[in-house]
Amino acid sequence: MPSHTFILNGEKVTVEVEDDVRLLWVLRDLLGVTGPKYGCGLNVCKACTSHINGKAFSPCSVPVSKIKPTDEITTIEGLAATVGKDLHPMQRAWLDQDVAQCGYCQPGQIMTAVAKVKQARAKGRELTDADFDEIRNICRCGTYTRIRAAIKSGAKNM
Amino acid sequence: MAEQRRSPHTPDTEPEEPAAPPDGLARRRFLGYLVAAPTLAVAVQWGAEALDPQPAAASIPSLPLPEDIFDLGDMQTLAAAPTSGLIWVQVNSDGTASFAVPRAEVGQGMTTAVAMMIAEELDLPLDKVAVTLADARPELMMNQFTGGSNSMRSLFVPVRTAAAIARQRLVSTAAARWNVPASELSTKAGVLRHGSGRSATYASLATAAASTRTVQVSVQLKSPSQFTVLGTPTNRVDAHDIVTGRKTFAMDMQVPNALPTMVRRPPTINGTVRSVHNADAVRAMPGITDVAVITHGVAVRGRTFGQCIDAVRALEVTWGPGTVDGESDDTVLAKVKAAQLPLAVPPLLTEHVDAEFTFAFASNSPLEPDNAIADVRPDRAEIWSSLKVPITAQQDIAAMLGLPVSAVKVHVAQGGGSFGRHLFHDVAAEAAEISHEMGKPVKLMWSRTDDFRQGRTHPMCVSRIRATYALGNVVSFEQRHTSVQTSFSHGLGEMITATAARLPVAGNLGLAETVFALTQSSPYDFGATTQLLNEVPLRFNTGSMRNIYSPNVVCAQELVVDQLAARMGTDPVEFRRRFLKDDRLRAVMEKAVAVGQWGRTLPKGVAQGIGLHAEYRGAVASLVEIDCRPETVNRPVQDGVTGPRVTRALVVVDAGLPINPRGLEAQMMGGMNDAVAMALTSSLHMKNGIPLEGSWDNYFYTRQWNTPPDLRVVVMPATTGQPSGAGELGVAPSFAAIACAYARATGTMPTTFPINHATLGFEPYPLEPSTPQSPVDGLTNAS
Ligand code: FES
Ligand code: FES
Repeated sequence: MPSHTFILNGEKVTVEVEDDVRLLWVLRDLLGVTGPKYGCGLNVCKACTSHINGKAFSPCSVPVSKIKPTDEITTIEGLAATVGKDLHPMQRAWLDQDVAQCGYCQPGQIMTAVAKVKQARAKGRELTDADFDEIRNICRCGTYTRIRAAIKSGAKNM
Repeated sequence: MAEQRRSPHTPDTEPEEPAAPPDGLARRRFLGYLVAAPTLAVAVQWGAEALDPQPAAASIPSLPLPEDIFDLGDMQTLAAAPTSGLIWVQVNSDGTASFAVPRAEVGQGMTTAVAMMIAEELDLPLDKVAVTLADARPELMMNQFTGGSNSMRSLFVPVRTAAAIARQRLVSTAAARWNVPASELSTKAGVLRHGSGRSATYASLATAAASTRTVQVSVQLKSPSQFTVLGTPTNRVDAHDIVTGRKTFAMDMQVPNALPTMVRRPPTINGTVRSVHNADAVRAMPGITDVAVITHGVAVRGRTFGQCIDAVRALEVTWGPGTVDGESDDTVLAKVKAAQLPLAVPPLLTEHVDAEFTFAFASNSPLEPDNAIADVRPDRAEIWSSLKVPITAQQDIAAMLGLPVSAVKVHVAQGGGSFGRHLFHDVAAEAAEISHEMGKPVKLMWSRTDDFRQGRTHPMCVSRIRATYALGNVVSFEQRHTSVQTSFSHGLGEMITATAARLPVAGNLGLAETVFALTQSSPYDFGATTQLLNEVPLRFNTGSMRNIYSPNVVCAQELVVDQLAARMGTDPVEFRRRFLKDDRLRAVMEKAVAVGQWGRTLPKGVAQGIGLHAEYRGAVASLVEIDCRPETVNRPVQDGVTGPRVTRALVVVDAGLPINPRGLEAQMMGGMNDAVAMALTSSLHMKNGIPLEGSWDNYFYTRQWNTPPDLRVVVMPATTGQPSGAGELGVAPSFAAIACAYARATGTMPTTFPINHATLGFEPYPLEPSTPQSPVDGLTNAS
């Protein structure tokens, strides 16, 4: 069986599984990392959003064979460690705003938010309402207003 | 809940002590039991304490409708009364308190509110209260039913009673130990203190305070003026677990050998398997361990869900017919219209408004797809799933497996939303069937497409209204609501049958008609008022969606109210002021008018709308502004049908006694986003026996691009001293407000919902195989 190596939340991992199995299932079913959620498996709902080398992506739509040994995959479980703290400022903002309802979408929402702020900063700007409108992550509980507020306040501390 | 004014003088009664500070009134005492246990444990009977049907107030031309004097929540509470279930609060030797609540947590914040009740009466910090979800407890019967927004109402007194008795017992234990009167002790933050300077933690007394026998005791509860926790905005108790990815849903659980399992499903609703042509080849696919034919499909089990998707897709199956083959939106609509009950008042002598509104099928699917873990052995079974009626699940699964109920253990998992979906245990029963067939534990997940196409739906319905008016008065208001049958086969049926004779609804109403009568009422003084339901028995998989009939019924009603106002040349708010018969609704409306600046100047194509609704002993006014200008309606959005946008939204809620205003606010925000979806964008298109929708880019639940950019919630101060329902309260008035605003912005009253339903904004996924393959290009747009 093919073997795949990459860096997951700061640690090197190796798994043996067929090439075309999507990364989401490698994380969840084989490595027991269950923060990224399944909401569609179609790159639509963004519940699985994680980071590859600091950029947001949907692991439900990436075969594990496309991940290189040097690629750094960060899931919600590893987000705080990227800033060397117990909680990432965005997680803290999520707590301050009490964003979550059922919480199922929230790992994906937070990972999207962090990448979105970084992306805007790389272009030398802050997020606008138009940027918020572009976020595709579904929250079936309808927490969108608090998500916007949390991103704004979390960004200030990033 | 037993209660009385004086404590009973039986040998088994604890000596009393002055409890909470006297407030000058002879306050009720509530009963519970100290139970023999290693540490302090209190049990309280759970019953009819919330049962105090309020007679409708004024003498008015309209007779009160059943919902005015008795509603669905009261019915559930009444149904629970004769059962003898006990709920337990325990104080542990580490100073924490624990309570297993016989309810589901699906995001509505129930566990947080219950923890607050315990923290309040026990004088314990909130983070020292652990609330878990109880397994199915058959002896609780209908007390273990999460629906009808009844949880807060039925838990409010019993949970506080148990916590108050625990506190009282800790006080008396310390008083005895220190040889001082109990009245000289105070409690705060889990510590007992005496004026002499002595103090003790709950932890240090938890064992000493334990009873050696079961003793009945009574206690006084704090009055609302003494509350320091209840009524204070409080964050969710599971928030930290959520933001760190640690909150565990059923799909995240690790049950030994419960491998990923999925089902290939038929191309029409409830189709059946005729034959499978390549089971052996599929069993030999990478990772796959088992293939089994089940009632409505073919199950595969494997190492990863990804490999299950491959296997599901590779299966070659010949299908038998489903239960609604050939039914499409238009055929169903024709049947629904043909079943409409006649209107009674002829529109001859008076002026009248006649209107008819059509509401498309909608999906109650949460973001977490249906999933369950099942481990079925020859002599027993164990199930894990998010279940709002776990007892019914347990009974059905036991019957299906031929096991005694006691051999089936049902664990209630945290749910990633519900919106009505988890009232049913379809997925848990299917997981049990598969585990039984395969002889192995399974972790069953429906694919997103399964969830939309084969999962339960809120059925299509038509609401017809005739209102007659003369001389500035509304003389009659008739509403005939006709719907594809909504299934209540999740335990509510048994509850209604058991209580039918005691319900204040006339005659021998059917199940659905009873629910309708108990949930619907007109808040207006409109003369002869009737609201009737008729159902068409089509065999779709249906169920309640958040707020059952109300969003459709109230939307129709409020649109006609606006029409009446226009006919009489009156402003919609002014008109409601004239005809409202509910003071709490009047108060929330006035608040909304003030905060939402009703009547402010807006550009052409942008308008305000207001919607009112009282239910579950609460009252809500929603005020929205919608932008229907072409530049907004035609703005580009990715993979969606754009349409108008609600730009400002306000929800004013009177929840009787708000337990957690922050959680209440969240529920109202969710209700508004549901309303945006139902009014404007999200529906199922039924075609030849199955919905076309297969993902969130087909079923347009509200996203950031159409959520109101300005959404505010005002929580009114306590009005009744009793918490109302909250989870569903915000949907109906918000839906109505959006519809009314749309009518005013465009000058045309909308009559089909959602507004975008006529446009199919996507290319449907194929019906076969039933689950689409996951893309492989997820890195190309990494950002
Ligand atoms: S599960 Fe990955 S985008 Fe929906
Ligand atoms: S919090 Fe439930 S889906 Fe977002």
